[in-house]
Amino acid sequence: MNIMTLLNAMPGACAQGLIWGIMAIGVYITYRILDLADLTVDGTMCTGGAVCIMMMMNGHSVGVSLLCAFLAGMLAGLVTGIFHTAMGIPAILAGILTQLGLYSINLRIMLGKSNQAVSVDKYNLLVSLRYIKDVPFYKNSIFVTLIFIFVIVALLYWFFGTELGCAIRATGSNQNMSRAQGINTNMCKIIGLMLSNGIVALASGLYAQYQGFADVNMGRGAIVIGLAAVIIGQVIFGKIHGNFAFRLCSVALGAIVYYLVLQIVLWLGLNSNDLKLLSALVVAVFLAIPYLKGKYFTKGFKKGGAANA
Amino acid sequence: MLKISGVKKTFNAGTINEKAALRGVELTLNEGDFVTVIGGNGAGKSTMLNAIAGVWPIDEGSIYIDDVNVTKLPEHKRARYLGRVFQDPMMGTAAGMMIEENLALASRRGAKRGLRSGITHDEREMYKERLKILGLGLEERLTAKVGLLSGGQRQALTLLMATLKKPKVLLLDEHTAALDPKTAAKVLDATDRIVEKDNLTTIMITHNMKDAIAHGNRLVMMYEGRIIYDVSGEEKKNLQVSDLLAKFGQVSGGEFANDRMMLTN
Repeated sequence: MNIMTLLNAMPGACAQGLIWGIMAIGVYITYRILDLADLTVDGTMCTGGAVCIMMMMNGHSVGVSLLCAFLAGMLAGLVTGIFHTAMGIPAILAGILTQLGLYSINLRIMLGKSNQAVSVDKYNLLVSLRYIKDVPFYKNSIFVTLIFIFVIVALLYWFFGTELGCAIRATGSNQNMSRAQGINTNMCKIIGLMLSNGIVALASGLYAQYQGFADVNMGRGAIVIGLAAVIIGQVIFGKIHGNFAFRLCSVALGAIVYYLVLQIVLWLGLNSNDLKLLSALVVAVFLAIPYLKGKYFTKGFKKGGAANA
Repeated sequence: MLKISGVKKTFNAGTINEKAALRGVELTLNEGDFVTVIGGNGAGKSTMLNAIAGVWPIDEGSIYIDDVNVTKLPEHKRARYLGRVFQDPMMGTAAGMMIEENLALASRRGAKRGLRSGITHDEREMYKERLKILGLGLEERLTAKVGLLSGGQRQALTLLMATLKKPKVLLLDEHTAALDPKTAAKVLDATDRIVEKDNLTTIMITHNMKDAIAHGNRLVMMYEGRIIYDVSGEEKKNLQVSDLLAKFGQVSGGEFANDRMMLTN
């Protein structure tokens, strides 16, 4: 238990946290803005990486590869959106169906192999495990990922301020009211799901580069990590009054906190096989807090209260 | 302005819970008509409004708004012609969004929503002016989340949103029923002022017979999915609650004694 091992692992954890932060911003769009729990992301968190790695192996530039990863993610979101809106399947189930189907598709993309690697020596990667220390700052993975987050947050901040973005937010807040105001709520849900999964796939493309390979299991449990980031961000920074851009940044920070804590428990000697169990429990506890607070720690007679006034 | 003919709707058809909610509704509104609708529970009042709004497809009949056949249009497309206020104050506004954002959403009813700014500076000034009509001080709280407002304030805001862009028909579904009497009177008063100012064609459902008589230029009574009484002009002005009760007793065979209509008088 050398403290130096922990400190040495921190920058890497930061970079990973930031990449998952991008993914968590995607989850935020469905979970918080649209009020849908979208499980498609467990599939798209692999699709993006698979598309990106395979395209790079076929000689495409990293930019084009990432763009295609983004588009592939949007396509997955579109499928879930159609399952949910046009076919009336509950959102959770629609996501699970797409995710399951994506497993086969991901294997196809990776030419039937469960794992495809790109070597950092042969390819011009944007981010990598190796670009953490001893590289100029503009090549540092933490810096590069920060730029990505900055651009994504700026674009989303703009988008959700437009007429269409407001319509999507209204759909998540109150569907009845949205339809009464002439908003096509089905279309809004589909656009939201596409945007969310596109961002997740982009994060997946970056993550695959970072770890040097795409793996068919890399998305397993992604939704839980995404939710953990959203909830941790909310618990830590929720008290601060900030605008929408601040909320998105707090989600990314939540992901970093998640990865730093993960590093610490691993350093403390937790078996890495038990990590998923730990993640699930942590998210369950944080999800339960608002409910339990309302149930057992409410002061005075608040039952109904303002809501029924 | 609005022409409903032969509208029928049965819920859960073919099951043990089958309920014929509308059994051939006929109603024609002229421009500027303000119709109040009364009737017992299950008479089909709200169902008629939902049929007009397109919440679900109707089984038979047709609905024309301003000579446009809207019978098959989905709810969100029909919204361009309609302003709606619901019974539940929670239903008409987006709680997580600001007052000004809610108004901005409403002002784009029926318009294409693209990538232009969701709210502009000029709009805000206009909203301030409009909010003053309500007399609730909301014009000072444009950036407050709607979830922080009381039920009465939310209902008043919904009313303003429904009429911000002049609707062909304004549908009010017992919009004061969930409010305390004092607030209800305020919202009704605001309704009268707005309807009169813009000369809006309006359908207002109410459980309160006094309100039904006091407001509007026309009154219809529904019973078992049909309109059974339609009165306007001088005759409506001279109506008394006792007249309505008598009429109601006549068609329902005395059932009205248990009805909620009695309690609200």
